[in-house]
Amino acid sequence: MKKQLLALAVLALAAGTASAQANDTLAKIKSSGTVNLGVRDSSGLAFTIGGGKYVGFHTEMAERIVDDLKKVTGNPNLKINYQVITSQNRIPLLQNGTIDFECGSTTNNLTRQKDVAFAVTTYVEEVRMAVKANSGIKSIQDLKGKTVATTTGTTSVQTLRKNERASNLDFKEVMGKDHADSFLLLESGRADAFVMDGSILAANIAKSKAPKDYAIVGEVLSVEPIACMLRKDDPKMKTALDDSIKRQIKDGSLAKLYDKWFMQPIPPNNVSLNMPLSESNKAAWANPNDKPMEDYAKK
Amino acid sequence: MAMEWQVFCKDTLTSEIVSGCLGSGRDSTYLNWIFKAWGWTVGVSLTALLVALLVGSIIGVIRTLPNSPWLTRFGNAWVELFRNIPLLVQIFLWYFVLPALIPAMKSLPSFVLVVLALGFFTSARIAEQVRAGIQALPKGQRYAGMALGFTTPQYYRYVILPMAYRIIIPPLTSESMNIFKNSAVAFAVSIPELTQFALQAGEETSRPIEIYLGVTVLYVISALVINRIMAFIEKRARVPGFVASGTGAGGH
Repeated sequence: MKKQLLALAVLALAAGTASAQANDTLAKIKSSGTVNLGVRDSSGLAFTIGGGKYVGFHTEMAERIVDDLKKVTGNPNLKINYQVITSQNRIPLLQNGTIDFECGSTTNNLTRQKDVAFAVTTYVEEVRMAVKANSGIKSIQDLKGKTVATTTGTTSVQTLRKNERASNLDFKEVMGKDHADSFLLLESGRADAFVMDGSILAANIAKSKAPKDYAIVGEVLSVEPIACMLRKDDPKMKTALDDSIKRQIKDGSLAKLYDKWFMQPIPPNNVSLNMPLSESNKAAWANPNDKPMEDYAKK
Repeated sequence: MAMEWQVFCKDTLTSEIVSGCLGSGRDSTYLNWIFKAWGWTVGVSLTALLVALLVGSIIGVIRTLPNSPWLTRFGNAWVELFRNIPLLVQIFLWYFVLPALIPAMKSLPSFVLVVLALGFFTSARIAEQVRAGIQALPKGQRYAGMALGFTTPQYYRYVILPMAYRIIIPPLTSESMNIFKNSAVAFAVSIPELTQFALQAGEETSRPIEIYLGVTVLYVISALVINRIMAFIEKRARVPGFVASGTGAGGH
């Protein structure tokens, strides 16, 4: 029994060092000819339209990054293997090599930077609230004594808690299982407001039965830089991703992509989200950086 | 993967490690939070268990009544209805669908709706066990009660039920433990219980493994305590020479 344990320990150690040495994603991509791209199935920036097709602003941007990786690795036949990830499994799957990088809706923050690295920020999310258009709620101050919905497992829950404490407001908090449930809470009248990323609010309103009944109101509760996530301590890969993104910003193709996904009618319902590029987003593109969320909060 | 257990000592707002691991006043740590979540889990489970035992006993008994075919049919329908629909679907039916049909239910807090959903779901299972327990008894016991001049409620109360309940203590133990584990679905309708805590705190701290291990321990403790209580009851209620003549260890 003891011998078996020892063997296991040695094996684990060997595997550990092996993966530490293999921290050159570019070389791995080049030799395998495949990029394992992490995608989302239901986020505002990356989603599926069924039939194994993954679309969205960030997904399409990632496909252009892979085009650039073909030049960097000198392998013009790189294939993309789309791998669906969730908020819960994205970091472990990146660390164990199941995905090589992901462009979805991952917020770049200090806690995550301990485990992973981020490319330069490509989208700046503003957390706001959606209410019924006739509710009379205009700002967070109007939430006193009201019920506020948000989604389990998101950073918005913490944002809400901070704002509640900071403004000395008392409101009741309910948490939906996922964004669709949280929106149902608002729709069915169980909640007076739904606090979440602006893109998610816009997408849910656009998909609802009567989009005109809802409005996104109030101050920006939190600003979160969203970036592609890659393995830590892999400078070559980081440079390759950053260079590709900077190129896309410079030649205006990223702005065109933004227009396509946020200002024009998009699948599956051919409804436009109608979300003009925000000031904080413009700033992030004017000066590409990989600052975490905490730096945004300071100003 | 190295474990970072001090994640439980972090403040939920500032993410700074609090000395002593417990916050005070409006400041709370993840340890404060997990205990609060545990309280909700235990609260939902015990209340639902009470509902399940009460309703399950009534339904189980009326399914065995000799001369009330309509009551028996009602009992059968109850069991089939509540055990044929997945629990998660039932929760949503109680939370979103019924209030849309019956406006008066809109004002009910989600705690009540979850307790009803979980309690009625489990009541169908307990009703089956009560029925099985009653039908496992020799017919002679019923006739003996009748021969003594007892009315139907009387021979159920004094002859049949005391024996039937003793027979079904082992499956009841399973059911009581199940209700704790099934209470995890309550997170789907905004009850801030352990599973919701795990999802949320895991996201906030990026330490889901430590958080899930902590939550697992609390679920195990809850179910184990119920198991021990039931084992104690089983031992005390044993009829010498009849059923439940094992070691009283709960059979798990």
